[in-house]
Amino acid sequence: MTKPILLVTRRLPPAVEDRCARDYEARLNSTDAPVTGADILARAEGASAVLCCPAERLDASVIRALPDTVRVIGTFSVGFDHIDLAAARERGIAVVHTPNVLSVATAECAMLLILAAARRAGEGERLVRSGQWKGWAPTQLLGTGVSGRRLGIFGMGRIGRELVSMARGFGMAVHYRDQVRLPPEMEQGATFHDSDDSFLPVCDVLSLHAPGGEATRHWLNAERIARLPRGAVVANAARGTLIDDDALIAALQSGQVAAAGLDVYNNEPNVAPGLLALENVVLLPHLGSNTVETRDAMGYLVLDGIDAVLAGRAAGNLVG
Amino acid sequence: MAKHRLVVARPVPPAVTDRARSEFDAVLSDGADMPPDAVVQALADHKAEALFFSSNLKLNAGLIAQLPQSVRVAATCSVGFDHIDVPAARARGLVVTNTPEVLTDCTADLAFMLLLCACRRAWEHTEVMRAGWRRSFGMRDMLGIQASGKTIGIVGFGRIGRAVAQRARGFNMRVLYTDTARVAPELEQGAAFVPTLRELLPRCPIISLHAPGGAATDKLMNAETIGLLPRGAVLVNAARGSLVDEDALIDALQSGQLAAAGLDVFRKEPDFDTRLAALPNVFLTPHMGSATTETRNAMGFRALDNIEAVLAGNPAIDPLWS
Repeated sequence: MTKPILLVTRRLPPAVEDRCARDYEARLNSTDAPVTGADILARAEGASAVLCCPAERLDASVIRALPDTVRVIGTFSVGFDHIDLAAARERGIAVVHTPNVLSVATAECAMLLILAAARRAGEGERLVRSGQWKGWAPTQLLGTGVSGRRLGIFGMGRIGRELVSMARGFGMAVHYRDQVRLPPEMEQGATFHDSDDSFLPVCDVLSLHAPGGEATRHWLNAERIARLPRGAVVANAARGTLIDDDALIAALQSGQVAAAGLDVYNNEPNVAPGLLALENVVLLPHLGSNTVETRDAMGYLVLDGIDAVLAGRAAGNLVG
Repeated sequence: MAKHRLVVARPVPPAVTDRARSEFDAVLSDGADMPPDAVVQALADHKAEALFFSSNLKLNAGLIAQLPQSVRVAATCSVGFDHIDVPAARARGLVVTNTPEVLTDCTADLAFMLLLCACRRAWEHTEVMRAGWRRSFGMRDMLGIQASGKTIGIVGFGRIGRAVAQRARGFNMRVLYTDTARVAPELEQGAAFVPTLRELLPRCPIISLHAPGGAATDKLMNAETIGLLPRGAVLVNAARGSLVDEDALIDALQSGQLAAAGLDVFRKEPDFDTRLAALPNVFLTPHMGSATTETRNAMGFRALDNIEAVLAGNPAIDPLWS
């Protein structure tokens, strides 16, 4: 029996490409060159499935022009804003994505940012690499302890809940703010806050884990920052739009916020110049999920979904 | 009653300075570390009964011989005491104390930070940001290692090693440890004892060192022992630089035997081997395991507590020997 044709738009982790080649006649992108909608169409002849990445826009015109053989689009991402779902539905093309498997890697990234910001790791690293380190001194680069402090989690979804168990190992008392309280068995001892008024003053460390969008746009603004304990630490591995950059920069300069660790930004990759100029920030380039383990898991999950659709089974990771 | 006379040989945080001033007749270093001859001079001039110092001052046999007879206690503001000649101090009848316990959590936090930063390639990524983030990454570029769910080997299961184990459990890591003896089961909290380093290493994709320094542990991690780790392992050292053969470490980081390392300590400090600073797959911090305001205050207070106890005629709280 001939294998179905799978078009893979970009290079994927080796283990994932191996599985593509094992189960499909895989059309891989060995140079990892960026791909346009036209490139996809040019390579899609006879394909049963397309495995794409978030950088590619599969708008209505691309989807309408796909060959009739295409029955499923898999995206190597949780988000699917880049795919016109209505156009896919019209053509009877299923769309599958990679929910849930990124939670642990993203929570790890948040914990890294919390620790590195609180302990002034960026400054310490630069001091060592610069060759200017003059030796240990009792008052050098004193940071903020994490153990025994209060962690406030804004948005207690899967990632926030993963962070709770990590933070508890550090002896942190966990508080959280969300629209509704979790069932007690999922709280792991964390304290629910139904208002910013009670939540913000207990956040020695504030970690953001809410979704983006208009409802949360610039949630962390000057007014809310002012209600944090002085010298708080802020981490954001969720969405850049949650933070008003100008307000955060001003607070980092005044000492109201002692340090910040950021993996996401407004207008990526054009990070606010004021952030790049600060010493008391640790900045990462949106690496939330980029571990070998997670990228493999994302690839396996999207392939599971493609396999299921082509075999006429129910895919557990169908969009919509 | 007259206050006891004290010399503080290096700058300390303001809260510690304040307490030293209020509770002692104290001579404080003036913004800079006192060199050894200045320490001896200050102790003699002040007829000091106590010395407050830390690892920059080598309390060796020569210095101990020069201490005025008035000096009864020397308190190092550190948990490590490889800078102290213990036999010479004992022979002199000097009481020497350190500051254990108060920096346990702080040091464990930093070790775990190094672990995460090494695994997730934080140095390379922060450098991308400092260059203005002008690159986009494909789905297999610059991937890190997920710590969660992996096995961690802890070498030295004292207070700090156990605190690291507690943090690792929050990441669903399996904890193995080795030490000179198995600890009491209630201290293990699920960690499994492995009798020897050689048996431990092949099982550990992540290894964190928490053993004391000194001759017995010198170059514990060398070409041979690093070679026993699974390929692509991650090494963390927030304990003592002497534990690692840095030539072997650099070779392993270049060959891929080690995927990454997180280091807070070096064989020579601060004049560390700068070949390390040329490597992308290391995360380096300047011996800042205890560098939080709370911990440095607590260490200073603990050193003062020890001095007060001894000068009041009571046993030291943290004597180096008993």
